[in-house]
Amino acid sequence: MEPILSLRGIGKTFFANRVLADVSFDVAPGEIVGLVGENGAGKSTLMKILFAMPEIAETGGFEGTIRFAGQDVAFRNSFDALDAGIGMVHQEFSLIPGFTTTENILLNRESVQGSFLVDIFGPRINTLDRAAMDARSRKAIAKLGVALDPDMLIREMPVGHKQFTEIARELCREHVKLIVLDEPTAVLTESEAEVLLGTLRLLAREGIAIIFISHRLREVVELCDRVVVLRDGHKINDFPAAGTSIKAIAALMVGRSAEAQARVDAESAARGQVHGGADDTILAVDGLWVDMPGETVRQVNLAVQRGEILGIGGLAGQGKLGIANGIMGLAPAGGTVLLNGVPLPLNTPRAALDRSMAFVSEDRRGVGLLLDEGIDWNIAFTAMQVQDKYVKPLLGGLLKWRSDAAMVQLAEEYIRLLEIKCTGPKQRAGALSGGNQQKVCLAKAFALRPELLFVSEPTRGIDIGAKHVVLETLKRYNQEYGTTIVMVSSELEELRSICDRIAIVYEGRIEGILPHTAPLEQFGILMAGAGRDEATAAAGRES
Amino acid sequence: MEAVKRFTADFGLPRLLITVFLLLLFSAAPMVGVNLPSSLSDVLIRVGMNGIMVLAMVPMIQSGCGLNFGLSLGVLAGLLGATISIESGRVGLAGFLIAIVVGQVFGALFGFGYGKLLNRVKGGEMMIATYVGFSSVMAMCIAWVVLPFKSPTMIWGYGGSGLRTTISVEGFWRHILDDFLAFHLGENFKFPTGAVLVFLLVAVLVWVFFHLKLGTAVTAVGLNATYAKASGISINRMRIISVMMSTMLGALGIVVFQQSFGFIQLYDGPLYMAFPAVAAILIGGATVNKATLANVFIGTLLYQGILTMTPEVFNAVLKIDMSDVIRVIVSNGMILYALTRTMKVAK
Repeated sequence: MEPILSLRGIGKTFFANRVLADVSFDVAPGEIVGLVGENGAGKSTLMKILFAMPEIAETGGFEGTIRFAGQDVAFRNSFDALDAGIGMVHQEFSLIPGFTTTENILLNRESVQGSFLVDIFGPRINTLDRAAMDARSRKAIAKLGVALDPDMLIREMPVGHKQFTEIARELCREHVKLIVLDEPTAVLTESEAEVLLGTLRLLAREGIAIIFISHRLREVVELCDRVVVLRDGHKINDFPAAGTSIKAIAALMVGRSAEAQARVDAESAARGQVHGGADDTILAVDGLWVDMPGETVRQVNLAVQRGEILGIGGLAGQGKLGIANGIMGLAPAGGTVLLNGVPLPLNTPRAALDRSMAFVSEDRRGVGLLLDEGIDWNIAFTAMQVQDKYVKPLLGGLLKWRSDAAMVQLAEEYIRLLEIKCTGPKQRAGALSGGNQQKVCLAKAFALRPELLFVSEPTRGIDIGAKHVVLETLKRYNQEYGTTIVMVSSELEELRSICDRIAIVYEGRIEGILPHTAPLEQFGILMAGAGRDEATAAAGRES
Repeated sequence: MEAVKRFTADFGLPRLLITVFLLLLFSAAPMVGVNLPSSLSDVLIRVGMNGIMVLAMVPMIQSGCGLNFGLSLGVLAGLLGATISIESGRVGLAGFLIAIVVGQVFGALFGFGYGKLLNRVKGGEMMIATYVGFSSVMAMCIAWVVLPFKSPTMIWGYGGSGLRTTISVEGFWRHILDDFLAFHLGENFKFPTGAVLVFLLVAVLVWVFFHLKLGTAVTAVGLNATYAKASGISINRMRIISVMMSTMLGALGIVVFQQSFGFIQLYDGPLYMAFPAVAAILIGGATVNKATLANVFIGTLLYQGILTMTPEVFNAVLKIDMSDVIRVIVSNGMILYALTRTMKVAK
């Protein structure tokens, strides 16, 4: 059969940074193709290209050709794509809360009835043909196989129904031939997701092609006819879903080439076995929840051993960032956190800092730095405020005078130690490169001489050289001072290269904890949230 | 050309224009028969009068609360101090100190409430501050009538109750600072040593504060509140401290102003007190989120210079009174200019 969509050699670079290279695949009518890959694998970029989002053209277009419904197409904007018959259901809802289901489904495509006034004033004063609209939306809803109330307001709907409304909107377009769903089940409960999958099968049977993007590999295996795996912008594999397993897909998603794999394995083997045999818990987390937008933590139980480097990994949005921010008091949190057996008050950063904990935030420019101040201020500030360092007492301690000289000295020390490239301790932090900014953030935490250090996405957006220094520094710091480090990162390789144990977070919970020596596909399975049994087993082996 | 452009950008075009304008006024003054030494003396006296109120802008700008358009609140505290001091009947230094101390107490109280309020409207401080200033002045209009003051110097002669709109401090503490250690050079030049010294002293205190651990924390809150929070700083506390400081400096500033001016102006007198101070610090090169003491000194000098010199020169040349028009154009124009460039990163 002639494929409805055929992508040939699609490639894309953002400012000399390649995110997609030579991706080609076909989608046949009525076929459901699962598109999977880690964060940053290029899934969203690929869909943005398909929909001719403005940011693609603004950053220099893309390579390759798109063939849709039998002809080469070059959409100028998203409306072209919609007109051609491609529908998109976004991860975030784009619905108007105060409008009814029908109004949302037919927004800007309403049925209208003219009157003599239209002849005078033009089509803008057409009146709505409510009956026709109702019929059209009922027809679209009927295709879904779900009982949506056409007259219900969006804001009064359960989340699942909102998602169905979005799909109904796409179905309601005439001659829709392909629907792209980006993480449609992320906000749904399990039973809602089941219904959605059923709906999608129904649509496919009617001949509509579907591209299904999801991190939930179980659903992909269940639903899709074919699976396309992207990794680092390359298409890794394209195979029928029948007969494959979650495990196989997970391995493909996170896997590296055989040599790279061997190198990492050798490296981690060389570092020897997991830390400490005796149970010496420095931090015990029980039932932690954190309300951090986009990184909600629901129920985390975790024990961190003294002197270890614990990695926290997982896909974006699953809550791994929330754990560190919640414990350090930067996001509203609840639950019990025991530091050295003593409860730690949450929601007050000062309490955490006073108890000899430190945090390097993932948001360097927003949380980590005073961009307009010099390196010296940036490094010394927290230690000054929390521990009265770099302060000279005046009038018998009544006044605490900031010692600029001591701050400069401290900055110089860390500039040397961490190889911070700068013009001097007074250079504005905002003028440094990303990698050097990150080193300043680390120095700020080190200056506190913490017992327990949280590091969040320490290598995000910095170059390879700086990455190496940052990781080495963490490792050395851990060895020299015995500092316990909890490192949160989206890069599994990075976690495996320095951590002793790695906890994988899925949907706001710890899905499992593995030693760094565990094989990659096990991590993949945990990341995809499909390994509760395996996770328990692994945790069992661990303890 | 590049260098000129860079200098213009760094120094700020309005500041450059005002400086040039002021220099022109000074050079034109002798030609149109204006007495230069006496003009210079006037400028200095007015710098001494207004300087502390310009300084009052610094803490709130540094803590990220923006320009203190509600400075009138501090002024009201100072007015309470001054009237209570007169009521007490003490004259000379004792009376002046009573005015200051009582003003500080009210300044601290008002500032605390004002700070609490501003913490609830983060992001909209300046708008709220403006209305706090206006409404508090109006509320005090009632208070001035009903407060049980008895001193005959202050209350209306005919009714026997309620304070007058203007109260002379002559015989109490008029020119107590202006005349302290003042010296004359030639016939027309008087240097108001005491007032300038007090201005400098308060400036040093503010400088010291921002070199303390506490002041550093306040500055950090203004630079990046999230950074400060992550460093264990209570953002709200630092902001309240800065607002209290600003209000207390306003209270001190108005008392110093009155000793030189010679009168206490009640009722709607304080209504627009914030604007000249705001304009002055902006002319000095401060932005909505960064201010230094240099900004205070340069700004006060330029702004008061313009205010003094314009009427003298213009009146001599044109024989019309342009002073108020110029004052309004310069101060409001400067505020407008500064608010439109809020987003620009401070140099």
